[in-house]
Amino acid sequence: MKKIIHYLIIPVLFLAGSCGQSGQGTTEAASELPNNTPKGQASVVDEESAKNILQVAIGSSDHSTLVAAVQAAEIEHVLVNAGPLTVFAPTNDAFAALPEGTVDNLLLPENKASLATILTRHAAPGSYDLESLIKNAEKGRTLYMATGDYLEITVDGDEVRVGGAKVIGTIQTSNGIINVVDQVILP
Amino acid sequence: MKNTLKITLAIVFILAAIFVIQSCTQNGNNKSALSSNIAERVYVAPGEHDEFYAFISGGFSGQLSVYGLPSGRLFRVIPVFSVDAEKGYGFNEETKPMLETSYGSIPWDDAHHPDISQTNGELDGRWCFINANNTPRIARISLQTFETEEILEIPNSAGNHSSSFVTENTEYVVAGTRFSVPIPQRDMPISEYKGNFKGAQSFIKVDPETGHMNVEFQIIMPGFNYDLAHPGRGASHGWMFFSTYNTEEAETLLEVNASQNDKDFIAAINWKKAEEYMAAGKFKEMPANYRHNVYDESTHMATSTTIETVKVLDPAELPGLVYLLPTPKSPHGCDVDPSGEYIIGSGKLSANLTAHSFTKMLKAIEEEKFDGEAYGIPILNYDDVVAGVVEQAGLGPLHTEFDGKGNGYTTFFISSEVVKWKLGTWEVVDRKPTYYSVGHLMIPGGNSRKPFGKYALAMNKITKDRYLPTGPELTQSAQLYDITGEKMELLLDFPTIGEPHYAAGIPADLIKPNSKKFYKLEDNNHPFAVKNEKDTRVEREGKTVHVYMTTIRSHFAPDNIEGVKVGDKVYFHITNLEQDYDVPHGVGIIGANTSELLIMPGQTETFIWEPKLEGVWPFYCTDFCSALHQEMQGYVRVSAADSDIELSWSLDGE
Repeated sequence: MKKIIHYLIIPVLFLAGSCGQSGQGTTEAASELPNNTPKGQASVVDEESAKNILQVAIGSSDHSTLVAAVQAAEIEHVLVNAGPLTVFAPTNDAFAALPEGTVDNLLLPENKASLATILTRHAAPGSYDLESLIKNAEKGRTLYMATGDYLEITVDGDEVRVGGAKVIGTIQTSNGIINVVDQVILP
Repeated sequence: MKNTLKITLAIVFILAAIFVIQSCTQNGNNKSALSSNIAERVYVAPGEHDEFYAFISGGFSGQLSVYGLPSGRLFRVIPVFSVDAEKGYGFNEETKPMLETSYGSIPWDDAHHPDISQTNGELDGRWCFINANNTPRIARISLQTFETEEILEIPNSAGNHSSSFVTENTEYVVAGTRFSVPIPQRDMPISEYKGNFKGAQSFIKVDPETGHMNVEFQIIMPGFNYDLAHPGRGASHGWMFFSTYNTEEAETLLEVNASQNDKDFIAAINWKKAEEYMAAGKFKEMPANYRHNVYDESTHMATSTTIETVKVLDPAELPGLVYLLPTPKSPHGCDVDPSGEYIIGSGKLSANLTAHSFTKMLKAIEEEKFDGEAYGIPILNYDDVVAGVVEQAGLGPLHTEFDGKGNGYTTFFISSEVVKWKLGTWEVVDRKPTYYSVGHLMIPGGNSRKPFGKYALAMNKITKDRYLPTGPELTQSAQLYDITGEKMELLLDFPTIGEPHYAAGIPADLIKPNSKKFYKLEDNNHPFAVKNEKDTRVEREGKTVHVYMTTIRSHFAPDNIEGVKVGDKVYFHITNLEQDYDVPHGVGIIGANTSELLIMPGQTETFIWEPKLEGVWPFYCTDFCSALHQEMQGYVRVSAADSDIELSWSLDGE
């Protein structure tokens, strides 16, 4: 009795198995997906639109350290997102003014997360040009940054500072505002 | 007992084995499909692009849908003849004129046969034309903006079906009437149809630069039904071929009374001859009343104008203008092969396909091989024009496309199949079923000298059990076949918008590089545009209020408005200040009796709001534009009609 069952089951399983197999081969072949680039939206090629924060920064020779840091932290996509976003962009000189070795250290792969945090602390959701920063300071507001920190805005005559860093220029971009600052805003 | 059990078990297992073998064999079709990588051949990986665009008519949706092939993914539905609340088309002030006709504004039509513009007989990817069947109109759609730019009403026409096919250099788009009617329209007994009703075939001139259309002339034909048309090409360039049915001129129970004649006609119209007659002044100018609606990309507004005359040609009085080619039997499709030599008539009620020869036609005309005449138009002798017949090809032939490699592909509605056959030898090479009851077929570039014979797309009328059921109303479908081999292979089927009557396909590379990303603000000439927030304002003229508003991530300017009164008519003119790809803003306000606006970057759009109640009423952005989209909102304060609250507006207190 058992023998009969075995005898009969085997070919049935074999047939079922052979039926399934050819399907599997195809599934494997079809499931090879191209790797998504970690840059995300930053890889969109668009020569016509007004430039976004990342594109403006890349085009500025004063911000090559910032751009290198953004790339090392792999947060390019944040700066091309629909936003709106305000970025306080330290100049190369601002980075150079940090204690020697700080930047090189932050650019090390193992420090990617802390680098990302430092950079993100330079970004505020919303559009804050100089006029709007002054208005917010007058209303006694602090500025909410993407890391969850609040930075103080101070106005002294023509001088506007955010988290201690002086705003030395403002650029309107397609997805927000770049305020160029003379210092890296450290916690 | 034991033996019985053994035998029973044995039988059960044998049956199970047979079942597995059978299901395996059934899968076998799929299995061979899988082993030939059919899934991969339609798989377009995330982020990759399709090889072809397919512009598929929406039929009774009145729209034109844009799909990718081979994936069958839907990208966009372009509103053409029907209002589209999603896009504000027909609802906002700018596009309302697009739907104006001599009968007033019409919110719907039945869109049938898209065709893409050509240069030197090849697709040039500039425009797509499509016809409205019910209230006769032709639309031109820009393939840069994927927007309807122009709609021209067709006078003297009814059931604008043998349309909107373009000639080799887009000299003309044709619009042939399906129904014959009294021309000019008048009150008369229906029973006096025969001999009194006429069929107008319109030749619409297309400006080579702007694409603007005008009815150059109409040829007033006998009172048959005109079904489909195709232009000559190559040697036959200068001719247009129309299929006819109801040459019996029946006015009732056509399903019987229009199926009496053994042969109907393909009408061959020599439009170059028509141009000569036009130049020689042999036309009549008759009163008419039809609308011409044009959307101007610079003002972002459409205008509608009335045209009051049309020029007509009478083929009975103008020799050499039209000849009739006898064709069995109530032909639907009238398709010209890529060389321009063969004109294929698909007689709906015939089992055969008829191929006429253009060369033989010219010879028959020259030698006057006539078989009588119809209302003064010579009928050519069938045997002197026919080149061959595809015998017993199937049941209910409708439409033929070509692969550019010497093959025709014809759809058969009744036998529900696509049949591949050879031009010249007229032998059937292959047939594949469709699921179910196919109407038309599309091979990209099929109406041109240069088809791209990789895929054929069959458009089916009936789906029954093909998809998950959705109650009584089911989707129609499109089925994609690989036609690169000797035998066709079914790759995919996918649901469609409305009822696809026809489609036009084109390699993506002919369109993709030209696709517009956004409108330049500096080129915006809309009379109510404002190009920066400082110029935003609200103005009152009596009971009319104009709001000059802007949008940019993530606010409206102004976003607080006071001093509006019950009974006012408030125009919101909203300019999207963005100059960035794919950043539209939308807007809706509570209680507006119209659709949202969906405003592309650099564009201005307008809607009307007539507040009926006092209160403070919010408006907001309807398109998820940015991280602070939910913050993109504002308020309008509405006061009593006799209130003395001054008009004021602000953004953040300024």
